[in-house]
Amino acid sequence: MSKKLYLDNAATTRVKREVLDEMRQYFDELYGNPSSQLYELGRKSKQAIEKARKTLADFINADEKEIYFTAGGTESDNWALKGVAFANFNKGKNHIITTKIEHHAILHTCEYLEKFGVETTYLDVDRYGLVDLEQLKESIRPETMLISVMYANNEIGTIQPIEEIGKIAKEHGILFHVDAVQAFGSIRIDVNKLNIDLMSMSAHKLGGPKGIGGMYIRKGTRIDNFIHGGGQERGRRAGTEGVQNIVGFGKAVEIASRNLDERAERLTALRNRLVEGIKNNIPDVVLNGHPTRRLPNNVNFSFKYVEGESILLLLDMEGISASSGSACTSGSLDPSHVLLATGLDHGTAHGSIRFTLSEEITEEDIDYTVETMKNIIAKLRAMSPIKNDEDLKKN
Amino acid sequence: MYSEIVMDHFRNPRNVGRIENADGVGQVGNPKCGDIMKIYLKINKDEIIEDVKFETFGCGSAIASSSIATEMIKGKSIHEAVGLSNKAVVEALGGLPPVKIHCSVLAEQAVKSALYDYAQKNNKVIKGLENYKPEDDEIHCQH
Repeated sequence: MSKKLYLDNAATTRVKREVLDEMRQYFDELYGNPSSQLYELGRKSKQAIEKARKTLADFINADEKEIYFTAGGTESDNWALKGVAFANFNKGKNHIITTKIEHHAILHTCEYLEKFGVETTYLDVDRYGLVDLEQLKESIRPETMLISVMYANNEIGTIQPIEEIGKIAKEHGILFHVDAVQAFGSIRIDVNKLNIDLMSMSAHKLGGPKGIGGMYIRKGTRIDNFIHGGGQERGRRAGTEGVQNIVGFGKAVEIASRNLDERAERLTALRNRLVEGIKNNIPDVVLNGHPTRRLPNNVNFSFKYVEGESILLLLDMEGISASSGSACTSGSLDPSHVLLATGLDHGTAHGSIRFTLSEEITEEDIDYTVETMKNIIAKLRAMSPIKNDEDLKKN
Repeated sequence: MYSEIVMDHFRNPRNVGRIENADGVGQVGNPKCGDIMKIYLKINKDEIIEDVKFETFGCGSAIASSSIATEMIKGKSIHEAVGLSNKAVVEALGGLPPVKIHCSVLAEQAVKSALYDYAQKNNKVIKGLENYKPEDDEIHCQH
């Protein structure tokens, strides 16, 4: 089998050729430390960082001074939550509102903060993964310091009503953090229109390098520093800048912003082709996530009576890389917390597969994927004891 | 992640299917945990396992464990088969990742459960299953 189809672009993406070309010289030619401002090599590095910062700022309608580079989305999420918590603790604020379907970078950080007296409300989601705005309003307390909601979910692709949440946060004078790691680069984001105060971004989800992320912090936001040390990033995030990664991040954003709408349109058409193909060719499937309010490249299905890891292994043999929310693929005891939060039963959650597309994918690739899935599901169902057992189906 | 033997049994599982009017049927696991194994036995007058089939819902190692377990007991007497341990299954598979050891436990229990069913139906006592209770085999999603 020579065919190779990478359909796990929500996990990470291939670094774009243009990005790599731009980065290369910052390894061995322009390798100066950006803090060394007294010679040209250092100044060149600094200029490169500032150029990338401007690209990011323009892309989300922010000021350059509101963009900080971090080691990735996880660090940005940690900074947002811990930074706000530590800055507001002694001001009588100790309450955070977030959702049950956030990335673990948010959920585990909240759990950690709870040891210090932070209280967290985890909002429910409906069967499509959407938060309930009424529940959000009811959860607000005088002590609420932060609302943190992801822009789009990494597993099921559901896009949250960010503008409405931003309005609610603003009305109540509560800071609003958005984990935009999955959405950034595929959806146009205007931090002012959406009333976002803090936003986490990552480079490797949009053709940039791994190990570099960004954080938007609205001017005047009360937030502590997170990484302490030297005076980099205007004294807010210490550590010698990964100049080549920042350059790559900037380039990836520049490319993403060029033809964002056309790309989204093309990916949406491919996504819908895959959704329809699976629905029309394979019985007993459930589309996870919202039918339309979802990332242009995200498809997530549960295939009843079969288990996700088995599907992934068989897909790999046919050259297709995808991912699953089954517990068996993560080494944990439970299937995906996101799928369970949407009300899926354990058995069905174990049979979930996520395909996340890229610009490299063609219609032929989609059709090949549908055909391959049809055969794999038939093969696994032929040996499934659930398929022919009405009692087991009820479980 | 998986050994060659595991992948071979996963790719080409032996003895998949069901046996109509089987002499013994055993089922362990549940959908909540993400794996269910069902084993069907055809046992002759001399108490030899003439045929065995399985159906499994689960991950690659669950399918491979069931497949190899059926091979290991086919043609054996019920008294030999009852001695099949999960450790023997793991060894025969060339090892399993630590989080997947429970799949081999499921395979051992599925075989025992099928033999117990046979013994119950035929009023027989199989040495090693005297105190066996099927409900003890309920695995609570242990990995």
